[in-house]
Amino acid sequence: MPKIIVDVMPKPEILDPQGKAIGAALERLGIEGFRSVRQGKRFELKVHGEVTDEVLATVEHAAKTLLSNPVIEDVVSVRVKQCGGNCGPGGGCGCGNHGAQSEAALPVGAEDLLA
Amino acid sequence: MSARIGVVTFPGSLDDRDALRAIRIAGAEPVSLFHAEPDLKNVDAVVLPGGFSYGDYLRAGAIARFSPIMDKVVDAANGGMPVLGICNGFQILTEVHLLPGSMIKNDHRRFVCRDQTLRIENAQTAWTNAYAHGDEVVVPLKNQDGQYVADEHVLDELEAEGRVAFRYVGWNPNGSRRDIAGVTNARGNVVGLMPHPEHAVEPGFGPQGREGQVTSTDGLGFFASVINGVLATA
Repeated sequence: MPKIIVDVMPKPEILDPQGKAIGAALERLGIEGFRSVRQGKRFELKVHGEVTDEVLATVEHAAKTLLSNPVIEDVVSVRVKQCGGNCGPGGGCGCGNHGAQSEAALPVGAEDLLA
Repeated sequence: MSARIGVVTFPGSLDDRDALRAIRIAGAEPVSLFHAEPDLKNVDAVVLPGGFSYGDYLRAGAIARFSPIMDKVVDAANGGMPVLGICNGFQILTEVHLLPGSMIKNDHRRFVCRDQTLRIENAQTAWTNAYAHGDEVVVPLKNQDGQYVADEHVLDELEAEGRVAFRYVGWNPNGSRRDIAGVTNARGNVVGLMPHPEHAVEPGFGPQGREGQVTSTDGLGFFASVINGVLATA
């Protein structure tokens, strides 16, 4: 069951108070070396069937309508995760889609959404 | 006749009862409205109250703005009906695009609760005509996501058109751009603000006033304004 991942971040020009608080907490913990921290949101939408252009268009609509507020946030990426993580630990499904590489950037979507 | 003013209760609204009470004290007929029922019950004006609709999940006001009743509120607002958004209600009005800008977390990252002085910067809206331009009022303020933000050109436009309705005086409690506490639409019927006029309507139960502790009834003017307007057009 494929998933579509949508990432939303506060706009660069908007101060991110939560990110600032996390940055200060990291320093208190002695975890240093970072100039700043910004906190965003990740949405995972499980798809019923295959990821078609129509499904992607629906996700783009959802991302712009409900998942983000364009006054304060940017949709920074929309991407597909093929197996949906249901094949158990370590994969075994042969899908080759576990871990970071599973989230292939889409040819369409992300760039359009940034516009 | 008396004016009928509705207050919408969303899941997680906190100040709906206080808003109804303020409307009654101001001399109008309070009408309870419910988020799931797309019926404005023939009211003359609508208040979207404060609180944490849908637990502030996703963004404050982001889910409430898609409630069945909101289509009716938007249609009525576009037709000229007075709509006031207080705190979470203001956040809902920005999410539904009746008012520009948005609110993010307070710059100091803490919940803030205090008696707040505001200056009335536009005394011609449906909700401020009982005040004079430049009047200073004291009403409670309590929020976590109260920092008003908008693009610089939007802010310039709001200033130029006199659509900054209220500004914080003395201290900016949340880092809002240009000390903005509330704004109005161009027509002046839709107004939103973070502070709570509905909590400053009865002597003995309000914030610090000119006559001492708990004496301020400065919030009454919001409701008096809209009642004036309704009765004038009746």
